[in-house]
Amino acid sequence: MFPKPIQTRSRTAQLTYRGLVPLALILWLLPLIAVAIFSIKPDMDFTTGNYWGWPSSFEGGTNYGKVFFESDMPRYLLNSVLITVPTVIGAVALSAMTGFALGIYRFRGNLWIFFMFVAGNFVPFQILMVPVRDLTLDLGLYNTKGGLVLFHIAFQTGFCTLFMRNFIRALPFELIEAARVEGVAEWRIFWFIVLPLMKPAIAALSVLIFTFIWNDYFWAVVLTQGAESQPVTAGITSFNAQYRAAYHLMSAGSIVAALPPVLMFFLMQRHFIAGLTLGAVK
Amino acid sequence: MSDTALPGAADPGWIRRNRQTLAPLLFLAPGMLFFLVYVILPIFQSFNISLYEWDGLGQPAFIGLDNYRELASDRAFEVSLWNNLKWLLLYLAAIPGGLFIALFLNQTVAGIRIYKSLFFFPFVISQVVVGLVFTWFYDPTFGLLNALLEGIGLAPVNVLGDPQLATYGIIVAGLWPQIAYCMILYLTGLNAVDPEQVEAARLDGAKGWRMLWFVILPQLRPATFIAFVVTIIGALRSFDLISIMTNGGPFGSTRVLSFYMFEKSLSEYGFRMGYGAAIAVVLFLIMLCFIAYFLWSMWRDERGLR
Repeated sequence: MFPKPIQTRSRTAQLTYRGLVPLALILWLLPLIAVAIFSIKPDMDFTTGNYWGWPSSFEGGTNYGKVFFESDMPRYLLNSVLITVPTVIGAVALSAMTGFALGIYRFRGNLWIFFMFVAGNFVPFQILMVPVRDLTLDLGLYNTKGGLVLFHIAFQTGFCTLFMRNFIRALPFELIEAARVEGVAEWRIFWFIVLPLMKPAIAALSVLIFTFIWNDYFWAVVLTQGAESQPVTAGITSFNAQYRAAYHLMSAGSIVAALPPVLMFFLMQRHFIAGLTLGAVK
Repeated sequence: MSDTALPGAADPGWIRRNRQTLAPLLFLAPGMLFFLVYVILPIFQSFNISLYEWDGLGQPAFIGLDNYRELASDRAFEVSLWNNLKWLLLYLAAIPGGLFIALFLNQTVAGIRIYKSLFFFPFVISQVVVGLVFTWFYDPTFGLLNALLEGIGLAPVNVLGDPQLATYGIIVAGLWPQIAYCMILYLTGLNAVDPEQVEAARLDGAKGWRMLWFVILPQLRPATFIAFVVTIIGALRSFDLISIMTNGGPFGSTRVLSFYMFEKSLSEYGFRMGYGAAIAVVLFLIMLCFIAYFLWSMWRDERGLR
C-alpha cells in the first residue's frame, strides 16, 4: 500500500492525520458550506449586513418551504425527472444492443464503428448545436421534453456503447459459444445469457447517465425555454431572476436543484464509482 | 452452426445461414441510426453551414470562406482562443491535484470512506450550481473569500469583476469538481497497485518521492490516461460556468470558443448561425487533435489484447 499506512507511524502522526482530514474536508467544501448557511438565514440578515455572523433566527423551514410552494421549482424538478428518466432508459437500452453487437461479433468495420461511437462522444457540443436545433425545430419538438430526450439518448449512446462493449468483452466468451452450439437464437443469447450478466454495467451506467443528464445545462438552454419544459439547471436562472438579491432563497433553490444527483450518488456509490473509473484499473 | 430445430425460427434457410451477419446489423441499427442522425451528420452539416451567412430563419446565402476570413480579424475570437489555451493548461492542474488528495486519503482509518465520498461531492453537483456557489463565494460585498481576506488583513478583491482575474476565477471554480473526479480515478488506481512491488521497492530502500515516481506512477498509468482525457474534454467544453458566473464579461474577457459560438448564434447578440458554425468548426478541429490521440492510444491497446 502506498503511501505507508498511518498505523505504522508514531502516535502523534496518527493523531495529526485524524485531525487533518476533517479540517481539509471543511476547507474543501467551504464554498458549499457557505451556501448551506445562507439557505437557513432569514431575509433580515442580508439587509442588515449580517452575512457571516450567527443567523439572527433559523429560517430553514420557511426558505425551503418558499422554494417548494411559492416558485416554479417543483415544476422544473418534475421536468428534470421527465427528461432524465426516459433518457437513461433509452440510452441504456440502445447501448446494450450496440455494445452486444460490437463486443460479441467479429465482422469487418467492427472497430471502426466502435471508434465512431467513441469519437462522437468526445466532440464539442457546439459543432452539433445549429443542426440539432434545426432538426428539433423541423420535427416540431423545439421547447418540448421529448426533443431534449431524443438528443440526449442519441448522444449518450456513444459513451454507453464504449462502456457496454468493453464490459461485454470481459465476459467469458465460451458461454456464448456453448449456447450457439446448442442452437440458441442470437436474440435469445442476448436476452437470456448476456443481459443478466450485464446488470452491474447497467446499474453503473444508469446512475452515471442520470447525473450527466440531470446536470446538463447547455442543451437545456439550446432546445427549451420557459417553465413548461425546462429542466431545473436552466430553471434555476429564472428562479434567481425572480428572487434577485434574495440570497437566502437563491441558496435554498440551488441546494434543492443539486440534491437529486447527490442522493443518487450516496445511494448507489459503488455503481457510480465503478462507472466513472471504467478502465482506470485493468 | 448446428441444425437442431429451433423454436421460433420460422424460416430456416437464408436467415439461419446468414444470422451471424444479420444479428449484429439488427442489434446495431437503432443505436447507429440515432447516433448518425444526431451526432455524426450534424458535424458535417456544421461544416457546411459555416460557409453560409444565415440568420437561422431565412434563406442561407453562400459566402465561401468569408466567415473564416472574418474570424481572422475578430478580436473577440482571438480573446476566446487565448482563454481556451489558459483553460487547457491550467485545467491540467486537476491531475496532480487529484493525485495529491488521493494520496492523502489513501489510508484505512475509521470513517475514511465517508471522507472520500464527501471529497468527491463537488463532482456530483451540476456545474450551474458550482457556478452559483463560486459567484457568491467571490462576491465583493458578502462573499466568504473577501471575509477571509479581510480576516487576515488583506485588501478585498472583486475576482469576477476584474478582466485580468475573472477567467482565472472561473477556472478555479471548474477545477473544484475536476480535481474531485481525478481524485476518485486515482483512489481506484491506488487500490489496484501491486502491494508486492511496493514491498519489494521498499526493501530496496525506495521511499517518498522516488517511490511515487518510479514505482507507483507507472502503475497508475491507466488512471492518468483517463484523467487526462476527461480533463482535456472538460476544459474545452467549459460553457456552463462562464455562462453562469460572468456571461462572458467583464468586457468579454472571459469568453472561450464554446461560449462565443453560442453568443454569436443564439443570444441577444444576434443569430449568425454561419459565423457561429465557423467558430464551432475551429473548436472541433482543436478537439480533433486530442480525439485522434485518444483513439490512437485505444487502438494500440486493442491490438495488444488480441
